[in-house]
Amino acid sequence: MRRPLTLKDHHHEQRIFSVRLVVGVFLVLLLTGVLIGRMIWLQVIEHNRYTTLSDNNRVQTQAVAPPRGLITDRHGEILADNRPDFSLEIIIEQAGDLDQLLLELGELIELDEGDRERFEKRRRTARRPWEPVPLRGRLTEEEIARLVVNQHRLAGIRISADPIRHYPHGILFSHVLGYVNRINVQDLDAMTLDQQRNYAGTHFYGRSGIERFYEDTLHGEVGYRQVETNARGRILRVLEEQAPVPGKPLRLHLSMRVQQAAYDALGERRGAVVAIDPRDGSVLAFVSRPGFNPNLFVTGISYKDYSAYRNDHDNPLFNRALQGRYPPGSTIKPMYGLAGLDAGVTNWERTIFDPGYYQLENDPHRYRDWKRWGHGRVDLRLAVVQSCDTYFYDMGFKLGIERMHRYMNQFSLGQPTGIDLYNESSGIMPSKQWKKAARGRPWFHGDTINASIGQGFVLATPLQLANATAIMASHGKQVIPTLAGEHQPVERTDIILNDQDNWEKMTEAMVGVTQLGGTARAMASGAKYDIAAKSGTAQVFSVGQDETYNEDELAERLLDHALLVSFAPAEKPAIAVAVLVENGRHGGSTAGPVARQVMDAWLLDKEGELKVPPVFANTPATPPSNTADDDSDQEDRP
Amino acid sequence: MSQREFIRQMPGQTGASLSPGLAVRLHLDPPLLVGLLLLMFGGLTVLYSAGGENMDLVVRQCIRFGAGLTVLFLLAQIPPRSYRFWAPVIYSIGLVLLVLVLVIGTEAKGAQRWLSIPGAGRFQPAEVMKLAVPAMVAWYFTERTLPPKLTDVIAALLLLGVPAMLIGLQPDLGTAILIAASGLVVLFMAGLSWRLIAVAVIIVVTAAPLMYFFVMHDYQRNRVDTFLNPEADPRGTGWNIIQSKTAIGSGGVNGKGWLDGTQSRLDFLPESSTDFILAVLSEEFGLVGVSILLMMYLVIVGRGFFISWQAQDTFARLLAASLVMTFFIYVFVNIGMVSGLLPVVGVPLPLISYGGTSVVTLLASFGMLMSIHTHRRLMSY
Repeated sequence: MRRPLTLKDHHHEQRIFSVRLVVGVFLVLLLTGVLIGRMIWLQVIEHNRYTTLSDNNRVQTQAVAPPRGLITDRHGEILADNRPDFSLEIIIEQAGDLDQLLLELGELIELDEGDRERFEKRRRTARRPWEPVPLRGRLTEEEIARLVVNQHRLAGIRISADPIRHYPHGILFSHVLGYVNRINVQDLDAMTLDQQRNYAGTHFYGRSGIERFYEDTLHGEVGYRQVETNARGRILRVLEEQAPVPGKPLRLHLSMRVQQAAYDALGERRGAVVAIDPRDGSVLAFVSRPGFNPNLFVTGISYKDYSAYRNDHDNPLFNRALQGRYPPGSTIKPMYGLAGLDAGVTNWERTIFDPGYYQLENDPHRYRDWKRWGHGRVDLRLAVVQSCDTYFYDMGFKLGIERMHRYMNQFSLGQPTGIDLYNESSGIMPSKQWKKAARGRPWFHGDTINASIGQGFVLATPLQLANATAIMASHGKQVIPTLAGEHQPVERTDIILNDQDNWEKMTEAMVGVTQLGGTARAMASGAKYDIAAKSGTAQVFSVGQDETYNEDELAERLLDHALLVSFAPAEKPAIAVAVLVENGRHGGSTAGPVARQVMDAWLLDKEGELKVPPVFANTPATPPSNTADDDSDQEDRP
Repeated sequence: MSQREFIRQMPGQTGASLSPGLAVRLHLDPPLLVGLLLLMFGGLTVLYSAGGENMDLVVRQCIRFGAGLTVLFLLAQIPPRSYRFWAPVIYSIGLVLLVLVLVIGTEAKGAQRWLSIPGAGRFQPAEVMKLAVPAMVAWYFTERTLPPKLTDVIAALLLLGVPAMLIGLQPDLGTAILIAASGLVVLFMAGLSWRLIAVAVIIVVTAAPLMYFFVMHDYQRNRVDTFLNPEADPRGTGWNIIQSKTAIGSGGVNGKGWLDGTQSRLDFLPESSTDFILAVLSEEFGLVGVSILLMMYLVIVGRGFFISWQAQDTFARLLAASLVMTFFIYVFVNIGMVSGLLPVVGVPLPLISYGGTSVVTLLASFGMLMSIHTHRRLMSY
């Protein structure tokens, strides 16, 4: 049903339409103007701001870690270098479903709980966006191949080759070199802003030993690199680069040969050996056994390996030389003797009669000599040679604990030696004041008697004993043990005796210890030089008053610790050695031969002839080669 | 002209130099065709860069252009009165298909937009409606006297509102709005009274917040939130718009040069070859490039307006004006959203964005425009 056409006013409709069309054109022009205006706003007025935003998007400044300084022994033997290690890293922003990714990676390579936990911890620490987070280090070639083949479906993974710390001699230097491992938030928090900036690219941090003490020297200065990256963080090109300043190489005073001799001489026994050159304080050997493989710690030790170390009753992670506190026992007697002489409470001629025990007046308690039936009549020299306890009970009582304390402090007992390592134990050289403060009880005479033979409250580290011996060997001139030329502040002065000849005389008595009739005669047999020594035996626990001491009945762990201090050649000392063998029973026979091997390694040349080893300053240092190619075939374990 | 002569004239001749006589015989409009071809060529150039110099992408877009131009050519052969005759039929079929989509449609990306036709792939009924709705509303008014009475307005609103709502339910808000807009343009061109327009504007302004709170899906609401404050989540929902503005702004007046736009080339700009391709163009060709693009669009829109002005009956006039205005709305909404003036709705940049059915639909609309222009009877007013 069509309406008549005449009802439609075509001209009217056309006019309406034309007006609307004009309005439409006007609208189109207006809106186009709006768009142009918007573009001018963005592209002309705000251009600079958006250019900056765009550049910030694509240009990243990356910190470049400096290569860590190499560590060598005094002869240039490399003890720590850097080697490439392939590790798997995750760029979180790129990864999408992280749990899924970790699941898939777990099927390709081995990931243990420790890896996952460390990864979780690291990814939660502050980091720049797109900065990769390490997941696992030490990828094998097979693992790398498996990852590369699957890379296309594993968004966010990256395999990087970074130099990591490597200790070619592994366990041999474990307690002295220490190790580096991944830097963490606590490390960074403890730094100043400048230091934090310097560590911007660094992944590793000295955790213990030399690596920690000389962190600043070994680290170097950070470099920078401006790179263009795409939205997925892939580096497309390097725009600008400022090379890092490599860490300085560190030449230690240690001698590889002496260290190895000490390590081998201790064998599988628990113990420590510290050897010091008394002429300049150089630490020649610093061994604590058992040790650990520092290479395991660098990229993060596995739970299995770590708990194996933790649960080992021999406590391989414990630095016995630096932190082990043992009663010095008779090794302290020569120093006491010098103190007694200097204080005038005894002299070389004075003798006492030793019935096998010592008694205070009005006190029924008998302080026993190690020789049940006594040494008979003894003077100071014989008391040292035969290690007569009764003589020193008597002399110590006359000397008094305060004077003992003062003299021994000068021998670095009871205070840190100042070696260039952190966390040194200062041992205990007791005094009345100390006991009051530490134990809250007054000092008793019996305490003085016990201290007179290096027992009771007296505790010293093997390092302290070696240092005291070195001071002895240098006739009271202060010695501060050093591994690499620096040391911690100490408050000791040279010891000047009223009669300086007493040094010589005491040395002579100590030489007697290694000769016929002496307690450590075993160590000097066939020696080409005179050895001054003093053995010691430290009780692990005190034996009751009237019990007879039966070694066989005691568990091995309860046996006495064997100790020995010594220096040689006696007339012109070039080495002082302290040896501790835990539960080694007899200082002279157990610890003595160990010290002898250490001395031989230092004092004899390749043909077995006596030589005068040059002091550190005169030692020719084969400069450590930076490439470290020559020892690349060496194994991790010695 | 004999067929032999016709064939002899073909080689070496582009659309631009076709003689008006031949063009009219093929029912093509040379100015419009040249404008479209230039735009398409420019689009391919930008697409090559946006896709990371991926020739595959360009070839596939070329195939789409070919399909679109074929449809354009075919539709141009059909006289406008056939469109007018078939408009109600196509519209009705379209409505049925839209209902079907909601019932048995294929779901993708959280929306149900496609109908799977066994052996023929997928197809979006909404694309058909982009042309059928303005044709239907134009048909409706052709039968009535203009300016429209209130009852006619309500009827027209129903005609455009029902399909728009069905599409909004898929949900595809962008297309729903565009389809509604194409019908509203017809209403406007038909002479909808200014008073009603004012009332409508007031209603929309007051209804918008209500829509936001009660009608929109979460993802749509997020888009509005992001539009209002993209910095709230710069690495998440705000990323697109921030990167897009950064690309445009860093392009400056002259641009960074073809293939040298860091934002898109380094993958900072998502959707760089589809909805956000304008950001690539702006970054690489700067304000100059954008201005040239807008000029090309204006030329096409201007020619479209001219065609609608020259059209000989109400149906043709209304349909032509609606198709042209809708084309411009596409341009405005896309550039507006990419530059941060409007919220992000999925509207491609006509003939520049890489995309499937929309290219064909757009070129089809130009086929209809050409049909309107080339089937005029010679008559004098």
